[in-house]
Amino acid sequence: MSKIKTLADLRNMRDEVRSKINLREKSESPEQMVQVRVAMATCGIASGAKEVMEFMMDAMEKRGIEAVVTQTGCMSYCFAEPTIEVTVPGKDPIVFGYVDVKKADEVIEKYIRNGELVEGIIPVNYQSIDE
Amino acid sequence: MKNMALHIMDIVQNSIRAQAGLIQITIEETDPGLASVNITDDGSGMTEEVLAKVTDPFYTSRTTRRVGLGIPLFRQSAEQAGGNFSVNSTQGSGTVVNATFYKHHPDMVPWGDIPGVIILMVAANPTTDFVYLHRTPKGEYLFDTREIKEQLDGVPINEHEVRRFLRNMLAENLTAIGAAGVLRMKTIKDKANNEPNN
Repeated sequence: MSKIKTLADLRNMRDEVRSKINLREKSESPEQMVQVRVAMATCGIASGAKEVMEFMMDAMEKRGIEAVVTQTGCMSYCFAEPTIEVTVPGKDPIVFGYVDVKKADEVIEKYIRNGELVEGIIPVNYQSIDE
Repeated sequence: MKNMALHIMDIVQNSIRAQAGLIQITIEETDPGLASVNITDDGSGMTEEVLAKVTDPFYTSRTTRRVGLGIPLFRQSAEQAGGNFSVNSTQGSGTVVNATFYKHHPDMVPWGDIPGVIILMVAANPTTDFVYLHRTPKGEYLFDTREIKEQLDGVPINEHEVRRFLRNMLAENLTAIGAAGVLRMKTIKDKANNEPNN
């Protein structure tokens, strides 16, 4: 059996990670990052938000998309859980419902990458003509 | 809820909403087949009136919906596995949720992916500290984000490499003490090995 990882190993990899972060920060600022918020209340968790959030975190890294994946509480769309809110820089946030891993993949590939809208959007932002 | 890991994640969300700075999760497995799960936070706590209503599924502090199922469901899972459930709270100093189970009871919920859930909560709430203690007859393992953050010296705890490292570290150490809830160990390792920029 290989050696079990310890905090000392973490310390050893720290500087390498830090230099990677510095490199990245020179090229991007946080406002330019995609923001994803996964609804994580009882309703979200019970319908699979954990898998969606893990997938989002892993997929963004693998595909080289700079993104912040965080969690939020119940957005009151319990019927459509798991839900995610995606904010692409310069655009209004969009909430997608009934998100499983497959749907999350579609959101990344179509909406985040290419700006195409995909099915399952929950209309949240109403703007009247006066605004 | 499908499994224990998700129950824990759900209860921890309450602590996060109560603005806890430190959340302690303790899982204890004792030999004759008892298991206990304890979640203690230093959040805002509850008044006695709220505490009395907290296991009622039709009570919630939210305004977005009229039911609150997290605690009632956890209680149900404990009681259906022949165990007990309690919530204690003091306003201003925090809340303690405690559940016990007979591990081999036919209606015991599966454990699920405990390391995955712990790391997900740590990564999703980088400013909250988590202490996770798992005790089995073979030994114990303590995972403390305050210690980890000290080692990281400013490198974010939710950075991809760090997150992946912590997930593996936790799973390996839990496997070493024969802890429940690390069935996915092999899958996690395979996944990590297949990742291109590793």
